[in-house]
Amino acid sequence: MDLYRDIILDHYKHPRNFGHLKKPDAASESANVNCGDRVKMEIKISHDKKHIKDIRFFSSGCAISTASASMLTDMVKGRTIDSVAVLTVDNILELIGMQLSYTRLRCALLPLEALQNAIRNNK
Amino acid sequence: MNITSVIRKDFPILTPTLRGKPLVYLDSAATSLKPVPVIQAVREYYESYSANVFRGIYQLSERATENYENARAKVAGFIHAGTPDEVVFTRNTTESINILAAGFAHMLSSTDEIAATIMEHHSNFVPWQQIALKSKAKFKILGLTDDYKLKLSNLDNIITRKTKLFTITAVSNVLGIINPVQKIVAAVKRINRNCMVIVDAAQAAAHGYLDVAVWGADAVAFSGHKMLGPTGIGVLWAKSDLLEILQPYQYGGEMISEVRADQTVFKKPPHKFEAGTPHIAGAIGLGAAVDYISNVGIHDIRMHEESLVTYTLNRLKNISDLNVLGPQNSNDRGCVIAFTLKNIHPHDIAQVLAEENICIRAGHHCAMPLHDLLKLTASARISFYLYTTTQDIDAFILGLEKVKRIFA
Repeated sequence: MDLYRDIILDHYKHPRNFGHLKKPDAASESANVNCGDRVKMEIKISHDKKHIKDIRFFSSGCAISTASASMLTDMVKGRTIDSVAVLTVDNILELIGMQLSYTRLRCALLPLEALQNAIRNNK
Repeated sequence: MNITSVIRKDFPILTPTLRGKPLVYLDSAATSLKPVPVIQAVREYYESYSANVFRGIYQLSERATENYENARAKVAGFIHAGTPDEVVFTRNTTESINILAAGFAHMLSSTDEIAATIMEHHSNFVPWQQIALKSKAKFKILGLTDDYKLKLSNLDNIITRKTKLFTITAVSNVLGIINPVQKIVAAVKRINRNCMVIVDAAQAAAHGYLDVAVWGADAVAFSGHKMLGPTGIGVLWAKSDLLEILQPYQYGGEMISEVRADQTVFKKPPHKFEAGTPHIAGAIGLGAAVDYISNVGIHDIRMHEESLVTYTLNRLKNISDLNVLGPQNSNDRGCVIAFTLKNIHPHDIAQVLAEENICIRAGHHCAMPLHDLLKLTASARISFYLYTTTQDIDAFILGLEKVKRIFA
């Protein structure tokens, strides 16, 4: 099963950091109208305003967008906001661990878009 | 009569396998596969007589012109048009409809109405919506009954004395519904005989549901690539009087009979709407496609497709949590079946199947207003044609069972 390797299915069926924050410092939602994927990212920022203290995502959509969101939130927790702001397509591809078609790439990138928009809106 | 064992060998794309798995192509509504005679006709043009049409006096050009116009005559015969002059070659269904919309636009004003249906493909929805917005004409949409058919009981509200045109699809590319075009055209003309009726036949032409003489519509659009023909070629058929009054929106060579410094005289239809060098190979390929379909026989194709639809709907009934969109009864539908699986996203269904070399479509199928009505953002879709077999369906069902296992 090339694309749906165990780790992707695991993150899809048991997503990490799924849900909502009580009082998020920043939030943003991205959607792909073409297929119905929606991802909302909520972040709590550290006291020194430099790190992501906590993060949740809330989504409805395909396995790729859900798994990508779950893995991304795991990865960025505790990291500096500046380092998260410059994450790229390649970082996501590395995270997912495989080649994606153009259509599925958009699914995988949706969580990153939501997260980076949340960071941008907060500045 | 089992036509597919004879036919499949004509389609070279069916021979290679992917990691040992044969191609199971269930996306003919998106585009059809191509048989050798069509590929050969295109190739022969490019290899033996690839001259431009109409202008040359030399033999190559005469041959190209003759074959291009023969293709037009073949298409005219196939759709039961009165004359080849009513057949305009375009790029595709979308362009055909846009030519009509652009031609109509200047005739619309804010006191007029135009109408479409909720099951239309974007290509037969957006152009009309847009010219209505620009002219401030009222844009009305005919809805569906509970069993997914057009709500014809509401036609009297949708079509009025102010309605300038009404457009419908002959076969829905999502619900598979075969609309009773002749009956609808007659009903519309009874309410308002000056209302133009335009038919999107993109999903109908390939399966022989297209008869412009019987339908009585004013214009019909369809694509070559969905009926075994090359991509980049489509057809706009319209009644001669309509083609006379429509303004072309592409100007240039081939569509003129005389150009002076201060004015130009256009050619008569169909050439009035064929500016520039056409897709000569495409038209010739489409002619070969018409020949192929006629040789197999429309009747046999439809019998084959009907039994395939019945077979598939029966097999799908045994898959739990699977919902087929549109009529559950094969009498009312053509060979397009869209469906959803509970809690499994259509993209994921298509992805797992793709790895088994099974090709289906997932998304909104260019029918967002319909999906909005059905409260869905996306669905999965399979579609058949003359080369589809029950083995294809069996492989697809096995694939669906695998999808369910993975996402359980």
